Amino acid sequence: MKAKYRFIAAIVVLALLMTGPFVVTSLLVWLDMKDAERTMLTELLLSRLPVGTLMTLFGFAIGAAVLHKLFKQYVEGLLRMAETLRLMLGANRDFRVTPDGPPEVRQLAQAANDLAAQRDALMDDVDAQIARAKASVEEEKNRLAALMSELAQAVVVCNLDGRILLYNNRARLQFKALAQGPTSVSGGALIGLGRSIFSILDKGQVEHAREVIVQRLAAGKMPMAHFITTTRGGQLLRVQMVPVMAGEGGLSGYVLTVENITRSIEEEERRDQALHTLTQGSRSAIGNIRAAVANLLDYPDMEPELRERFLRVIDDEVARRSVVIDQTMSQFSDSMKTRWPLEDILGIDVIAAAQRRIEDKLKLPTKTEELDDALWMRADSYSLIFALGFLASKLQDHYAPRELRFRLSSEGRLAYLDLIWSGPAMSSETFYTWEMEVMQFGSETSPLTLREVIDRHGGEIWYQREKAAHRAFFRFVLPVATPETEAAPEERRVTGRPEYYDFDLFKFEDASIDLDRKLSELAYTVFDTETTGLEPSNGDEIIQIGAARIVNNRLLRQEVFNQIVDPERPLRPEGIPIHGITEDMVRGQPTIDVVLPAFHEFCEETVLIAHNAAFDMRFLQLKEERTGIRFGQPVLDTLLLSAVAHPNQESHKLDDIMTRLGVVIGKRHNALEDALATGEVFLKLVPLLEEQGIVTVRQALEASEKTYFARVKY
Amino acid sequence: MANKILIVDDEPNIVISLEFLMKKEGFEIAVAADGDEALAKVDSFAPDLVLLDVMMPKKSGYEVCEALRADPARAGLKIVMLTAKGRDTEVAKGLAIGADAYVTKPFSTKDLVVRVRELLGGA
Repeated sequence: MKAKYRFIAAIVVLALLMTGPFVVTSLLVWLDMKDAERTMLTELLLSRLPVGTLMTLFGFAIGAAVLHKLFKQYVEGLLRMAETLRLMLGANRDFRVTPDGPPEVRQLAQAANDLAAQRDALMDDVDAQIARAKASVEEEKNRLAALMSELAQAVVVCNLDGRILLYNNRARLQFKALAQGPTSVSGGALIGLGRSIFSILDKGQVEHAREVIVQRLAAGKMPMAHFITTTRGGQLLRVQMVPVMAGEGGLSGYVLTVENITRSIEEEERRDQALHTLTQGSRSAIGNIRAAVANLLDYPDMEPELRERFLRVIDDEVARRSVVIDQTMSQFSDSMKTRWPLEDILGIDVIAAAQRRIEDKLKLPTKTEELDDALWMRADSYSLIFALGFLASKLQDHYAPRELRFRLSSEGRLAYLDLIWSGPAMSSETFYTWEMEVMQFGSETSPLTLREVIDRHGGEIWYQREKAAHRAFFRFVLPVATPETEAAPEERRVTGRPEYYDFDLFKFEDASIDLDRKLSELAYTVFDTETTGLEPSNGDEIIQIGAARIVNNRLLRQEVFNQIVDPERPLRPEGIPIHGITEDMVRGQPTIDVVLPAFHEFCEETVLIAHNAAFDMRFLQLKEERTGIRFGQPVLDTLLLSAVAHPNQESHKLDDIMTRLGVVIGKRHNALEDALATGEVFLKLVPLLEEQGIVTVRQALEASEKTYFARVKY
Repeated sequence: MANKILIVDDEPNIVISLEFLMKKEGFEIAVAADGDEALAKVDSFAPDLVLLDVMMPKKSGYEVCEALRADPARAGLKIVMLTAKGRDTEVAKGLAIGADAYVTKPFSTKDLVVRVRELLGGA
């Protein structure tokens, strides 16, 4: 606009320049003339006026054209360039000025393009550096997560509000074992990212431990605290707490190492009890015997009848004591073993390792005979394998057997590990000296003797001959282990890194449901149900509930709830091909009265999400009266949210939305798989909704309601 | 007149020895098998010394000892606790609640007689 005015002004100036000097000169000449001259001039001029005017107009036109051309090239051209430069600056980095117009403008364009290229190179470099830094942070995180997940201790990391940011597989298994009833089938509903640790551990104790750490920090001592707590199920947990420090030296969270000591405490109690029976219990018995013996000795001339009574006392007490000692030994044999740390190991693993080492170091071939491959032993595998190697090298030195064989069997609570060789008989004295020698195997020396290793295991060892076969064996007798019952290793649903951690939760202060929080900030439970049919009011029942959690905008595939429910009524045959659940599968499963409370606990403090949620909610609500369980939290429906995001699309079926949003998932029509699909869809919908200004849960609920009513009206 | 001793223990196997021993030593003996009987016998028999077992049915030796010590009229009564509870905390408790001696089983009968004589000799 402004440029246009300037152009008009330039044209006016041109016109004035072309006419002005002539007019002014004419006026001055005119004023100087006499009347006769003026008349003559007028005549002269008027007759030539058309030619003069024409010439002037012609000149003016050329002048205007030149001016216009210059204006177009230098003013408008530069303005255009300014616009494209601005575009390059902002919206489209890759845009370039097309060199156009007079050489000067082209040069300017070229210079601008060069500057842009330089800037791009710099920016790319910065981006690359950021990406590299991010990748290394990510790698570190993954390494940490991998490390944690393989730890044998249960580790849980929490922020200051007690929200769980990280837990490892061990913790999951441990708390799963602690969970009561069908909660255990929910994959350990108690533990989960963003959940509160206080549902597992006593809040007062955790807070107290935190205070202890703060005090110890202030006093410059090692910041660490311990406590022992009991769970709802009466299990004893020993918890160690160390702080996670924020950059400025403040606390930002804490790491809890949790150990279930119920078993070891029970064992300790049993040991105490055994000790007690053997000491205190002996006192009175020995006291009685001692007094009786003293009397017999001090008064040798007492009446035979009295003597008889004292002897009976001794006999009686000694007999009773013998029984007690036998009982104690058999009852507490386990607890009275040496306290050397033994682990539960698979017998064949020990043998395989021993074979490798013997063949490696002694070049002595080994074979195996009957092996009980399901036999677990309590052993210190290192010293046990060392002992086997030691015996093998002794045999090689003394009897040069061609090969050694291993055998593994069990009898009652004892495991027999045999090391067999063919050759002449050896004397028991020889073996006795071997037992007492400091063990050597290859170039390694153990500080222990064979006897000490055996004693540590509470075991025995002997030499035995199989005369018929012309061979002999050493038999290691070791305690059989009953491995701790652990959840069977479940199939991993996803490959790739486990989702046991989320450090962004450090900033995640409060997980309670606030409708004005951003959609991307809340914790959700996406769920789906399979039912016997479509009419809950007509007696159709839930037969499966599948659910997963979304925390911090991430679908947690490890934290799932997946439970088949006994509907207490026959299945409809027409439904079976759809949900794939048969009569056999529902029989013996818990009923909805048991499952619903567990599911309710799983959903605690989350917003519910389902596809066509009204259907699933109807089933849940119909059970409200019977179970007393109410799902009061807000519910989002991906069907309605999809309708909000894409109002002009015809179909909002889950399959169609998945295609539209590019969500690919393996199986479907199983409650858990469908819940996971719904979760993926929801995560894709969140940014689409944001584009429409729907940012909070409240806005999403309101928008859903509108589409719902819109749909109902039509 | 011979000193009187009340033996309180629920185990006949020790009572027989103690009874024999103390009679041989010239004391007059009575026996009680539990705490309640012991308190009754203290009244009827009026012993100079009580050999008191700690672990007994109904009333423990501690309770009997406390009950006896609560009665100022019996301030002169000597109490020797005989027990299989040998932890130092229990010894401390026995002496704290007023036992004159605390003897843990098994004990030497000679030593016991010496202790008993000492206690009665001082009375």
